[in-house]
Amino acid sequence: MYDVVIIGAGPAGLTAAIYTRRAAKKVLVLEAKVYGGQIVNTLDIENYPAEEHISGYDFATKLYNQAKNLGAEIVFEKVISIEANGKQKKIITTDNVYEAGSVIIATGSENRKLGLPNEDQLVGKGISYCATCDGAFYKNKKVAVVGGGNTALEDALYLADVAEKVYLIHRRSEFRGEDSTVSRLKGKENIQFVLNSNVTKLNAGNKLESIEVASTDGKVRTIEIDGLFVAIGRIPESKAFANLIKLDDAGYIEADEKCHTNVDGIFVAGDSRTKDVRQLVTATSDGAIAATEAVKYISNLS
Amino acid sequence: MKIVEVNQENFEEEVLKSDKKVLADFYADWCGPCKMIRPVIEEIADNNDAVKFVSVNIENEEELAEKYSVSSIPCLVIFENGEEIKRNVGLISKNDIEKMIGK
Repeated sequence: MYDVVIIGAGPAGLTAAIYTRRAAKKVLVLEAKVYGGQIVNTLDIENYPAEEHISGYDFATKLYNQAKNLGAEIVFEKVISIEANGKQKKIITTDNVYEAGSVIIATGSENRKLGLPNEDQLVGKGISYCATCDGAFYKNKKVAVVGGGNTALEDALYLADVAEKVYLIHRRSEFRGEDSTVSRLKGKENIQFVLNSNVTKLNAGNKLESIEVASTDGKVRTIEIDGLFVAIGRIPESKAFANLIKLDDAGYIEADEKCHTNVDGIFVAGDSRTKDVRQLVTATSDGAIAATEAVKYISNLS
Repeated sequence: MKIVEVNQENFEEEVLKSDKKVLADFYADWCGPCKMIRPVIEEIADNNDAVKFVSVNIENEEELAEKYSVSSIPCLVIFENGEEIKRNVGLISKNDIEKMIGK
């Protein structure tokens, strides 16, 4: 029996582990893959207070070690569901069942896919969701980026320095990303904007060869590319809890600023909850709040 | 057991002609997720003598990456008797790596 079980070992979950351990609670962190969360894809974090530059890997590793050194137990198992029978919570993983007084969900989000039929088969064969990981494979080749937010814009900028040609495909006429990034993009000669357009088909043999792009006025064109970087946003990892916990229409776990869900004793921290600003600093902030609330909840139980 | 860094020159000897099954970790130094997976592979390698563990730095070994169509990392490829038998692209848990190599 644990005081607190935390689901997810990203910045929110590991920060919650630090706070609950410092409150001397018995804490278990469950992680489906590896610790760190999506921040490990970031080469250089420049907006975390008091850290002018730190890599996502270094940040995640320091945070992991901090939680571990404080005595948090971290186990690598995927959570399938939670059951709440009054004061006691059961957390069911692929391998075990754990019991806890309270639960903090910090599962984050995953890449949104285009939803095209052969997309999954082409991951690693021309389709990528991480420009900083895979951009270097496309030296002097032709690539496209899909999306209109900051990630898409930054991916296009990064790829423009590596690839011969970058098409930036966006379904609207305006980008959601920051203006400063948009103007930097306009200064790159090898970036071509393909606006008001959607990717409708992936043409591939053994690997991706071209994409079909349809514009909103009905014109369809084929663009030959070697790589397609998908940056159309993220979707919350909340399916496992949908039977118990209230989600909004987009699948985010409904929560207030105190990180409470609709179930007593179950809290949510980080990108998987409803909120406006999803940043590293708000994830860690959520971790602290959810942990404090969880500790309060357990103290009131006894 | 140590992870052996392999290159174009010794790939055939170390991987294709290996008596044991081989797990090849295609990685690069700039790739965060690759760095996350490495200690997990090391942990598995420490407790598994039946499989040989090698790593391929795709920045130095562009030809190997090209030959095995690696265009997204981290990429783990299992070789047996000189043939690729399994592949995983992207982050993967320790349990799933163990399943891949047939624990």
